[in-house]
Amino acid sequence: MDKSTPKFMKVIFYFTTIGYACIALFPFFWAFYTSLRPTKEAYKLNFDFSNLSFGTYIDLIVKNDIGKWYFNSFIIAISVTILGVVLSTMAGYALARINFKGKNIIFMTILGIMMIPGQITMIPQYMLLNNLNFINTYAGLIIPFLFNAFNVFMMRQFFLSFPISLEEAAEIDGLSRRKIFFQIALPLAKPAVTTITIMTFMGSWNNFLMPNLLITSRNMYTLPVGMASLNSQYFSFPNQTMAGAMLLSIPMVILFLICQRYFIEGVTTSGIK
Amino acid sequence: MNKKTQENIDGWIMVAPIVILMLVFVIGPAIYSFILSFQDYNMLKPDKSEWVWLGNYKELISDPNFYQALYNTLKYSIIVVPVQTAIALLLATVANQKIKGKTFFRVAYYIPAVTSAVASAAMFMFLFNTNGIANKFLGIFGFEAVSWFNDPTYALPLAMIMAIWSTVGTQMLVFLAGLQDIPREVYEASAIDGASSIRSFFSITVPLLSEKTMFVVVVGMIGTLQMFDQAFIISGGTGGPLGSTTTVVLYLYNKAFGENRLGYGSAVAVGLFIVIFTLTVLQKSFFEEDENKPKRLGKRRKLNG
Repeated sequence: MDKSTPKFMKVIFYFTTIGYACIALFPFFWAFYTSLRPTKEAYKLNFDFSNLSFGTYIDLIVKNDIGKWYFNSFIIAISVTILGVVLSTMAGYALARINFKGKNIIFMTILGIMMIPGQITMIPQYMLLNNLNFINTYAGLIIPFLFNAFNVFMMRQFFLSFPISLEEAAEIDGLSRRKIFFQIALPLAKPAVTTITIMTFMGSWNNFLMPNLLITSRNMYTLPVGMASLNSQYFSFPNQTMAGAMLLSIPMVILFLICQRYFIEGVTTSGIK
Repeated sequence: MNKKTQENIDGWIMVAPIVILMLVFVIGPAIYSFILSFQDYNMLKPDKSEWVWLGNYKELISDPNFYQALYNTLKYSIIVVPVQTAIALLLATVANQKIKGKTFFRVAYYIPAVTSAVASAAMFMFLFNTNGIANKFLGIFGFEAVSWFNDPTYALPLAMIMAIWSTVGTQMLVFLAGLQDIPREVYEASAIDGASSIRSFFSITVPLLSEKTMFVVVVGMIGTLQMFDQAFIISGGTGGPLGSTTTVVLYLYNKAFGENRLGYGSAVAVGLFIVIFTLTVLQKSFFEEDENKPKRLGKRRKLNG
């Protein structure tokens, strides 16, 4: 927008951008405000800053095992992310750089998997995990989620778009494949690795459907599953539900604010949030 | 050992974990899902499972509850997709102008997208309760207060509002990347030719973004057809009130895990698979060319710069 832009256009632009920013952020603001209010005032629509406190948060943590749910969510999300990203990067590298038998068929299969909805595997996956006694275990909430077709695809594309000369030079110098991967390719792949790391973490942190099936014991709840169970007490304690919503969203918001660039990269290539 | 053998070994060592996970948790289950869809399989009485062949499918197409779920899902998709696409395009166009605080707006619009559906559903149920602030606000424009998630007429619209709110940011980023690929000169030339901003929006921006729009629409459709989390939270898992928030996936979930009818649930999954697979193939065939192109212009200009 430059000086020639008519004034009314500028007004419309700012009105739209600011207006939508309010729509996007207001629910957080109102939820946060409510979470700080005492229960009996939570439904009131006025602004009263005199008796705000973090008491509800403390109550939630002390009385509702939220600390444990946080712990579960973190353990699961971090494990899924680290293991999943390492495995995807290795596979992506092999598919891009090494000529081995069966490579094409694996790649075609991964492309095919990207087209199928998760629901088709949901029921048999549940039966499998049930038979393996993986219900209510960390293993059951981590291992099935390590494979992500999109991550493998993205890493393969990244390595393909990357000049091979460095790796060739290393090979001539006599470095083994393992050393080439860990010492040369992996450090160079940092931007793509960061992008899939963040997308994987977010996916795991917010995952609800499968964990909701796979967890039946309160002690194993992840944050979204636990929050969904708290939601039933919503009518009597809206300030608690809102505090829960805040506790659930804040880690992702902070991560996003720190790593914006990688989120945007991930979104624009996948179109998936 | 010759080089060829070494390459085979190295390659397989590196892909083996992923291939095993893929076979065990995706390919195997996907195939088994098809088989299961021809069986009557009760989780609690697995020995009594029997082949019913097309029985599940026949029951499916004669179940009014399934049609209700399908109707809800399609209605949801048909309203949510165009609305969120239009808002996203509008916001991307505006955010692409030289306005102050660009980064702030981009961050603000995307924050709902990083928020868990469970958290946003809880927040929206609070905002939209009968005495809530949303009703109060709508009251200013003369709308009567309604009990959104308890009223069969309004529960699905509430889910739609939520979906739009949480997805617009993602799609805006996709459009923004597309807009940054359009050279400035095109706009400058049209301005010299005397085209108004509105004219150049419809004659330049919209057609040049058609590829991104197609992408956003198809991804949006796939996402909306798989809607589950919001419906589950709003209705407490029941799909109520009066089945008004039963989506296809929630129907599947309740049949399979509520009534323990895994075979029947699988038949629903196969139906959903066919629809989504068709949509994805359609989308891929549109973008085949694009994917093989080297990284485009927009990537070089930092998107968040």
